[in-house]
Amino acid sequence: MEQKTKVHAEDGKQELLITREFDLPLELLFKAYTVPEFLEQWMGTEVVKLENKPHGSWQIQTKDGRGNVVFRANGVIHEFVPEQKITRTFEMENTPFGVQLEFLEFEALTDDTSKLNIHTLCRSVALRDQMIHIGVGMAKGLEMAHNRLQEVIGKLK
Amino acid sequence: MNLRRDVFQAIADPTRRAILLLVASQSMTAGAIASNFDTARPTVSKHLQILTECELLEQQQNGREIYYYLNAKKMKEIADFIEPFRKMWDDRFNKLEDIMKKYKSKK
Repeated sequence: MEQKTKVHAEDGKQELLITREFDLPLELLFKAYTVPEFLEQWMGTEVVKLENKPHGSWQIQTKDGRGNVVFRANGVIHEFVPEQKITRTFEMENTPFGVQLEFLEFEALTDDTSKLNIHTLCRSVALRDQMIHIGVGMAKGLEMAHNRLQEVIGKLK
Repeated sequence: MNLRRDVFQAIADPTRRAILLLVASQSMTAGAIASNFDTARPTVSKHLQILTECELLEQQQNGREIYYYLNAKKMKEIADFIEPFRKMWDDRFNKLEDIMKKYKSKK
């Protein structure tokens, strides 16, 4: 009963490891992270900006049904090696979590399967623990906001 | 000693996770637990020792036998800490996989 997504967060450390094996070729896994259209679909958020290159920057946001921005995050991309790795910063605007450093490593396992390693570093142990606890509640709230937005868009179509 | 860190190290091992699943339904002796694994008995004993040290398992003397049973409170503590966060990422990644599979089949 192996879980597909693993999270490793040792107590007393300000880092976090997330690993996942995908039933997808490396090419498609990497596309899911770098093509705005795909990222928007699985993250359930809007991509404002995504410059996939060293020294590029990115920004994502989620609006509620009335068009108010309820979530916005941004960062810069330090390293970008296609189908291998992305090193970037991540910061949720208007939250106490602070900026995080993320190392994303993409790896082919077979022609049809791939693996993603996300290594996140927070400024302090307390901030990391906060992100694990509060981050989930926030994400749930955002998901609800996004679903409401989808309903609104659905009605407009 | 940092207990929580040891707890996470304890559950990182697949055999130890299997032991926890075994004793979840009923308390068992070391011999009964070991009979479920191909692993050598001393290896299983070592796993039991680690699980006991970090309080995931507790021992109870019953006549000449020592029974191991699950410390539900401790298990809940680790599950509560990390599981909702893991689940959130698991859901996201499942969605990613679905979306990309659909895209692949359309190509």
